[in-house]
Amino acid sequence: MKYTPIIGLEVHVELGTTSKMFCSCPADYFGKKPNTQCCPVCLGLPGALPVPNKKAIEQTILFGLAVHSTIAEESKFDRKNYFYPDLPKGYQISQYDEPLAMNGSINIKYQMSKIKNSDQKSKIIRIRRVHIEEDTGKLQHMVVGGKNVACIDFNRSGVPLMEIVTEPDFRSVDEVDQYVRRIQQIIRYLGISGADMERGSMRIEPSISLLDIKYQKSNIKDEELPKYRVEIKNINSFRFVRKALEYEIVRQTRLLESGVAIDQETRGYSETQNVTVSQRGKEDAMDYRYFPEPDIPPMRFTQDQILKIKDQISELPDQKSERFIREYGLTEYDTDHLIDELKTAVFFEKCVIVANTGVFKKANITPKIIANWIINKKTDLSINESQFIQNIASSLVVMTVSDEDIYSAIKHVLRVNVQAVEDFKAGKDQVKMFLFGNVIKELKGKGDKQIIMELLIKELRKI
Amino acid sequence: MARNISVTLTKEDVKKIASLAKLPLDEKDIPVYISQLSSILSFVSKLSDVESAGVVPTSQVTGLLNVYRDDVIDTKRMLSQEEVLANAHETHDGFIIVPQILAKE
Amino acid sequence: MNIRDYTIQSALKEMRAGTLRAKDLILSCLENIERYTETYNVLLSVAAKEDLLAEAKKIDSSGYDKPLSGIPIVLKDIFSTTSLRTTAGSKVLENYHAPYEATVVKKLREAGAIIIGKANQDAWAHGSTGENSDFGPTSSAYDIKYVAGGSSSGSATAVALGMCLASTGTDTGGSIRVPASFNNLVGLKPTYGRVSRYGIIAMASSLDSVGHMTKTVYDNALMLSVTAGIDPYDATTGQKSVSDYLSAISSLQSLKGITIGVSPDYLTVGKKATDGMNPELEKLTEEALGVFTALGATIKEIDLPHTKDALETYYVLCPSEVSSNLGRYDGIRYGNTRDAFGLEARRRIMIGTYTLSAGYYDAYYKTAQKVRTLVCQEFEKAFETVDVVFAPVSPSPSPLIGEFVNDPLALYLSDIYTVPVNLAGLAGLSLPAGFVGTLPVGIQLIGKQWSEERLYAISNVYEKKTEWYKRRPKV
Repeated sequence: MKYTPIIGLEVHVELGTTSKMFCSCPADYFGKKPNTQCCPVCLGLPGALPVPNKKAIEQTILFGLAVHSTIAEESKFDRKNYFYPDLPKGYQISQYDEPLAMNGSINIKYQMSKIKNSDQKSKIIRIRRVHIEEDTGKLQHMVVGGKNVACIDFNRSGVPLMEIVTEPDFRSVDEVDQYVRRIQQIIRYLGISGADMERGSMRIEPSISLLDIKYQKSNIKDEELPKYRVEIKNINSFRFVRKALEYEIVRQTRLLESGVAIDQETRGYSETQNVTVSQRGKEDAMDYRYFPEPDIPPMRFTQDQILKIKDQISELPDQKSERFIREYGLTEYDTDHLIDELKTAVFFEKCVIVANTGVFKKANITPKIIANWIINKKTDLSINESQFIQNIASSLVVMTVSDEDIYSAIKHVLRVNVQAVEDFKAGKDQVKMFLFGNVIKELKGKGDKQIIMELLIKELRKI
Repeated sequence: MARNISVTLTKEDVKKIASLAKLPLDEKDIPVYISQLSSILSFVSKLSDVESAGVVPTSQVTGLLNVYRDDVIDTKRMLSQEEVLANAHETHDGFIIVPQILAKE
Repeated sequence: MNIRDYTIQSALKEMRAGTLRAKDLILSCLENIERYTETYNVLLSVAAKEDLLAEAKKIDSSGYDKPLSGIPIVLKDIFSTTSLRTTAGSKVLENYHAPYEATVVKKLREAGAIIIGKANQDAWAHGSTGENSDFGPTSSAYDIKYVAGGSSSGSATAVALGMCLASTGTDTGGSIRVPASFNNLVGLKPTYGRVSRYGIIAMASSLDSVGHMTKTVYDNALMLSVTAGIDPYDATTGQKSVSDYLSAISSLQSLKGITIGVSPDYLTVGKKATDGMNPELEKLTEEALGVFTALGATIKEIDLPHTKDALETYYVLCPSEVSSNLGRYDGIRYGNTRDAFGLEARRRIMIGTYTLSAGYYDAYYKTAQKVRTLVCQEFEKAFETVDVVFAPVSPSPSPLIGEFVNDPLALYLSDIYTVPVNLAGLAGLSLPAGFVGTLPVGIQLIGKQWSEERLYAISNVYEKKTEWYKRRPKV
C-alpha cells in the first residue's frame, strides 16, 4: 500500500447517571415503552429550562483526569443549533470552546502480529478534548399505513453524553481497535458507564484520510496532514468500526490512485451492504451557530474541587497491571488477562487473600497458580472465592505425592526392569526415558515430573 | 469612525439564512426581506465603532456560578405517554411520527 | 360595584372585612370582559364562568387568609397553564395546551389568586406596540385608536379596563414598562433572575424578566412578594433571599437623602435616535422630575455614555437568542409548522441566524457581548453615587394603530429607554406621570440589581403625591 491512514476518533459515551443531564427523568431508557421517561425539559416544551446534573459533570472530569487531561478551571455550556426531528429544542446543549477537559493522552498496546506473546508495541494517542452534552431522542424508520415514516421516542432525549475527541493519531485499524477497548476498559473501571456499543451507550465516529506512505512516522505536523477528512457515522459495533474503516481505506486508495482528489464529507456506514455512503458534502457543511447557553450559569473549578474528584479514581488498568507484576510476580501476559475486566481482577485478589488464610495456607497456593487457573480454566467468576481456592487445593492434593512414594515407585520399576537397568549401565542413556515413563505410570500421573526425573537419575547413579 | 456602515444582503444571502433557519421563503417576499434585513443589519453594524478591544464578553448577568442539581429522579415533573403525545401532529403506537423526508433532511 | 374602582389592597381589605366577596370581583371582571374584550382585543382565552365561580365560592368560605385570596389575575399568554391554551400570541401555538404550569402560575394559584384569562400580546413578545400579535393588535384602554403598547399589551389593557386586578407580563426590552406606561399602570421589570422563568415561553433567555402590572405600587409589591424567589427549575434565579417588599414600601415618608441620577447622554440619544421626543411628553417628564425634587430628592447628573450603543447591542443579542429559542417550533411534538410564523418573528429569526452564523459571529454577536459588558459597568459605576436613575419609558405616547407597520427599524428605535435595563439585568419600574391629551404616559426609575425594595419605597412616596392611578379610562 502506498498510503498511510490518518485516523481520528470521536467517541460518545452515555454516562450511567441515575437521572438525565438537564432534568430529573430517569436516564435508563433501555427497554422502556416509548415516550414514557420524559418531562417538559427533555421534550423541549415551550418554557422549560435546563439545570445541569452535578454527577455527570463530575464523572466527565473524572474521566478527563483518568486520561491525564487538564481540567478547565472555567467552563460553560453552549448551544449547538441545528434541525432534526430527534432534537426537540432545535439545539443541543453541548460545550464548544471551553470543554471540561483538554489535552489528555492514553497509552495503547498492540501486538505486532497475531501470534500470542509476540512483541507488543505501545503508543500514545493524544486526546484533544472531553466534554459533556445531552443525547437526542431515537428515530426508527417504519412503515405506517403504507407510508414510510420515522417514529420518534424521546426517552433517550437528555441522557448525559460524554464526548471524547482524539487527535488524528491512529495509523492503523488495529490501533483504533486497541484504543476503543482501552477507553471502554477505563470507563468501566471508573464505573461511569457500561460503554456498551451494542446497547448504544458507546458510539464511535472515526474520521479518516490517507497520506502518502513516506509519512509513516507518528508525529506528522499539522500542515502535513491531508487537506480532507471523511467522517463516518452510524457505526453500531466494534466489528463494524473495523469494517467501515477497512472499506474506506480501500475506497480512498482507489480514488487517490486514479488521481481523484477526495472531498471533505460525511459518510454513513451501512451494515447490510458493508459500504459507506455519502451523507453530506463540503458545501452542505453544517453551520451550528454555537453561542453560550444563557439558561445555565458558567462553571468554575478550584484545584481543591478537582483534587477531590481525583481522589475518587480507583486504581486504573495500567497501575493495576504494574502492581500485579510487582506484588504477585505475574507476567504481563497474565496481568493483561486478569485486568481486562475489573471483576476478574477483583476476583483474583480476593482469591489471593483466601489462599493465604486458615486451612488453605498449608496448601501453598501461589498467586501464579491462581492466575493460571483463572486464565486457563475460563473460571466462572460467580462462584465464591473460597470455593474456587478449595477446588485448586483439592486438585493439588490429588496431584501431590510424597518423596517416599516416588522412591518406592522408582525402586519397584528398577526391580522389574532388570534388562533396562543393565542397558543404562552399559551407557544407553536414552533408556532412562523408558524407565521414567514407567515410574510415571506407577504413580498414576501424580507428582512433579521434574522432581521424579531428578530422583530417578539419583537412584540410577547409585546402582 | 465609519458611522455609516451599510450592509446589503443579496438574494442568495436571504435564501441561505432562511434555509439555515428552516423558514419557508416565498420568492416574492425576498425583496422585502432584503430591504428590511439590510437596514436592520446596517443599523446594528454601528457596533463595530465602539471601542471594545480587550473587554470581556457578557453572556449572562446573573453573577451566578456552578448551579447544579443532584443526580436524583423527580417523578413529579414526568409526563404520561398520553400527555407527551397529546399535542403531537401525528402519532403511532406510542411514538410521535414524521414523514421520512423530514427525518432524512 | 365595578372592579375598575378597586386595587388589590382595597379588595382584600373589604373581603377580609366581610363587605366584598371574591364572587363579586369575578362577576365584575366577567362583565367587563364581556363588554370590552372584543372591541379592544384584550384576551385570547377566558376561563369558564362556572369554574371561576366555583373557585370564588371556595375562597369566599375560606377566610381570605392567603396573600392574594380571590384576586382575579390575567396572565400574558406566554405563561404555560394546563387550564387554558398557551399561544404566545402566535398562530404557531394556536392550539397548544401545555401539559405543565409555569412556576409563577403555581405560586399565584397557591397564593389564592384566580386566573381569569390569558392576554393578547405581540407574538413571541416581539414588539413594543402589541401589533405583532397574530391575533390582531390590542387597543389602549384610554383610546381605542391607539396601541396598548407591547409586548404585554393585553395584560396592560386588561388591568386598566377592569378585567382583573393585576396581570403578569414579561419584559425583554421594555415589554412590561411600555404597556404599563401607555395604560396608566405601575409596571415592574424585576432584576434578572428575581422571578422564575420556568414555564414561560422564552424570547431572549439572557434578557427575559418576569414581572407584573398593577394600578398601584403597593399592589405591585404584593404581587412580587408572591412570585419572587429561587426556583430549582430555573438555574438563573438569583440566590438572594426575597425581601419584605410590603414593609419596604412604607419605609420612606419623603425622599430626603435620596439621590436620583439623570443622564444627559441617556436623554439626548433618545432624542437623536427617534425624531426627537414628543414635546408634551418631555414637559411631563420634566414635571415628574420636579415632583421628585419637591419631595426632597437630590438630582445628580451622571455619565452613561454607552447607552447610545444599547439599542444596537440589544438588536444583535436579542434576535440571536430568539433564532435559537424559536428553533423548537417544528410542528412535530406540538404546534403548527414553521410557515405559521408571522413577519416579525421571521425577521428576528433571520437576523439572529445571520448574526450567529460562521464568519459573522465575532463581528456581531461577540462585539455585542462586549458592549454589553460596557453598559453593565457604566450602570454599576453610576449606582455608586445614586440610588436610582430617572428616565422616560418611551420617546412618545402610544402610537396610532398601524403607524409603524412598514418600518420595523423605526419601531425598534423607540425601545431606546428600556433596553439598557435588560442588558444590565437591572430592575426598572414604570410609573404613571400624567397624560398627553387622552393618552397616559409614564416615567421610569431604574435601580441596581436586587434593589426592588428601594424602587418601591421611592415610587410609593411619588405615587402618594401624584395619585395618577386614580384616573380611569373613559370608556
